[in-house]
Amino acid sequence: MPEILEIPKFKSRIAPDWCPGCGDFGVLSSLQKACAALGLDPKDVLVVSGIGCSSNLPGFFGSYGMHTLHGRAVAVAEGARLANPDLTVVVTGGDGDGYGIGLGHCIHAMRRNINLTYIVMNNQIYGLTTGQCSPTTIFGTQTKSTPDGSIETPINPIELALVSGATFIARGFSGAADRLAEVMAEAIQHKGFSLVDVFSPCVTYNKVNTYPWFRERVYDLQAENHKTSDWEGALKAVRQPDNRVPIGVFYKVQQPTYEELDPAFKFGPPAKQKTGLNAEDAKALVESFK
Amino acid sequence: MTSQTKSLAPRKVSIRIGGAAGDGIASVTETLAKACSRKGLYVFAYNSYQSVIRGGHINMQVRIGSKKVWCSGDMCDYLVALNLDTVNRHVKDITPGGGIIYNKEKIKIADGQLPAGVNDFGIPSTAIANKFGKSPIMQNTVALGALSFLANFPFDAVADVIAGTFRKKGDAVVQANVGAAQAGHDYAKENFKKTEFTWKFTEEKRMFLTGNQAIALGAVAAGCKFFSAYPMTPASGILHWLALKGPKYGMVVKQCEDEIAAMNMAVGAGNAGARSMTATSGGGFALMTEAIGLAAMIEAPVVVVNCQRGGPSTGLPTKTEQADLFQALGASQGDYPKFIIAPTTVEDAFYATAEAFNLADIYQCPVIILSDLLLSEHHETIDNLDFSKVKIDRGEIVTGRPKGEYKRYLFTPSGISPRALPGNPGTVFIAGSDEHDEDSTLISDVFTNPKIRKLMMEKRMRKMETALKSLPEPKVEGPADADLTFVTWGSSAYVVRDVLHRLEKEGAKVNHLNIRYLWPFQSQAVSKILKSAKKLLIVENNFSGQLERLIRQETGISIPNHYRKYDGEPFGPDLVHEKAKEALALAKVPELVGR
Repeated sequence: MPEILEIPKFKSRIAPDWCPGCGDFGVLSSLQKACAALGLDPKDVLVVSGIGCSSNLPGFFGSYGMHTLHGRAVAVAEGARLANPDLTVVVTGGDGDGYGIGLGHCIHAMRRNINLTYIVMNNQIYGLTTGQCSPTTIFGTQTKSTPDGSIETPINPIELALVSGATFIARGFSGAADRLAEVMAEAIQHKGFSLVDVFSPCVTYNKVNTYPWFRERVYDLQAENHKTSDWEGALKAVRQPDNRVPIGVFYKVQQPTYEELDPAFKFGPPAKQKTGLNAEDAKALVESFK
Repeated sequence: MTSQTKSLAPRKVSIRIGGAAGDGIASVTETLAKACSRKGLYVFAYNSYQSVIRGGHINMQVRIGSKKVWCSGDMCDYLVALNLDTVNRHVKDITPGGGIIYNKEKIKIADGQLPAGVNDFGIPSTAIANKFGKSPIMQNTVALGALSFLANFPFDAVADVIAGTFRKKGDAVVQANVGAAQAGHDYAKENFKKTEFTWKFTEEKRMFLTGNQAIALGAVAAGCKFFSAYPMTPASGILHWLALKGPKYGMVVKQCEDEIAAMNMAVGAGNAGARSMTATSGGGFALMTEAIGLAAMIEAPVVVVNCQRGGPSTGLPTKTEQADLFQALGASQGDYPKFIIAPTTVEDAFYATAEAFNLADIYQCPVIILSDLLLSEHHETIDNLDFSKVKIDRGEIVTGRPKGEYKRYLFTPSGISPRALPGNPGTVFIAGSDEHDEDSTLISDVFTNPKIRKLMMEKRMRKMETALKSLPEPKVEGPADADLTFVTWGSSAYVVRDVLHRLEKEGAKVNHLNIRYLWPFQSQAVSKILKSAKKLLIVENNFSGQLERLIRQETGISIPNHYRKYDGEPFGPDLVHEKAKEALALAKVPELVGR
């Protein structure tokens, strides 16, 4: 990873209003570090989020941003990216936003391989609505909406991404911010859809998956010679005993992006093309209906 | 076989072709309609179909005339029946002097089943068709050939279109189909007498297309560069045409996982600076509404087409209705600026779509186009579309580094704040769905800032006042001192135009007010017209009189005479004519509330 020089470029004038100790602080600083390290210009970065604690991130990030609807950030971001592929588009949000209400969009974006980076701050709980269970809440966890413990199997986002066609799949931990920044930079550089699932503890509502809980369990795949080109190996790496939580890059493959395959892009970024039709094309269109 | 033909006065001629889905009705009808259109005639074709791919009953009616045709009419002069079911359903609708064309080897018509004066044009279609190929659809081609003789229509024109249709499949297929048509023509010539219609073939080639194609063309003309959609009848035609042609004009055409994605993608693209559009029908529109509000809140331009069909719920998937006006008015939570435009004709669908992009860009808000199945899916011959009339106005966009601080949501007298596109230097901002400050900072959770909230709401809503000053005012078509004024919106204007001509010929003084901009509502202008009218008759394709209610809401004027329809079929001219006569005959002018 290149040396980090210009974090302040991506600092916003708005200070985050997350709870003290929230995992999302680490994610924000890692994203700032990653963008700075890649030498990106804030005017060329668009951060798109949905709704939730973590979805407030674009407001605290010094680039163009969109703070959209609950669950719809990925769809909005796809539109933005397809309209202007000169932009670096990063989607940020939470597990409820991405794996609950927005799961459909998430899966389709993965199989489309549009060049986006999707960072999910996965705290395994609904924070902004004060502590209900989420699609990634561990079986048996007591929450406000599951007072007797959750009786549903949680989604494993990495496994889901592997079978949905994502071409870059990684996991981070906001307690390991430097490593997270490296993974994010790699994800942004990757051509195609990148998922970075980040364990980002909710210090207020999730009393199970805490910083100490993760610190005892996380280990870096890249420190264990994991082969990122091996899809089946990645699938095996996902499923670990309860006492082991792998982070790092699970899978990475280069495949043609949506933008490379759609013939419309040979005319340049849609948002920058000349608007309007020349007289010759207009005449041909009229004639084609006669 | 006796074939009595009386000479029919030159007028519009209607041909109805009926059978089961999968019988190839659409292709035979299109061949006929295209052939007529190319000879310089005007054609209006409506497909009455159902949501099955094979079987059931569908019928398509083509009305042909030397002058502009505004609707497919009530009765038909010729019925081409591809099965017995069609005979039973439609035989009563054949005009005396006309006749029924059918395969007499397959269909037996009962004695006395044909109304008086209706000719029996039974043809041994199977035997004729078998000489040219095995496809049962070839029988349609035989019928088409017979029809061209019976209606005194030049066979060459039909043969040309058939040849054009099958050219890609090779000479043998072309020859077989043209041959089958010729054989049908010759059989009719030997066995029946034709009607000496006096067609005026100007040979002027005009465009022949659907409303959906016109909407798609309007989008291309306006420089739409992003179209996202989820398939839904009757809007899919827009997706199909754009998927085929859009990329040639640099347009990204994206079929999405659902309408929620389609709408949100269009908003994302619009905010990024590409002119963007999505299209759906009522059910899909319902799913889009939250993101329509998003576009309004972040002030992103976007065009949303709703091709209405019969509702509620899945409703009548293949039938027409105009019952989504309230849905469009109430789409999404909260108060927000928006435009709702209802084009009336295929031509208007083209110009309205192009205009919608300008309104979206200038006022930075969603623009909803309300079409319906009739307008979107019927084929019509139109006078050519003038692309040079399409002017492009992208609204106020900041380019380059601005002097001083940039505020994306700057309070302005017009309510319009110059927008910046991501990628522009020095204008970084957050497009937030939460309420925000002028500089795009979220204020939604700031308890002590009701003042900014109020100002921001007023800024957004002021855009509608600004728009009202520049939208073209509604105009009455026809004499100012008419005894009866028709009021319509959207495709109902078609049948009213047809009936207007008829009433004028009968000596009645009638005129027509069509409301094209449903929102913002031009209350003053509409009110003035309604108050000066002697009698009013409002015609709309829904149960509850949604336009009538909107007019009452916005002007205080209630219109007691109305003709509404909600059976899924478009208005036929006869009943509208009858309603107009009734209204004209009323001794007293109904009192208008609010006068």
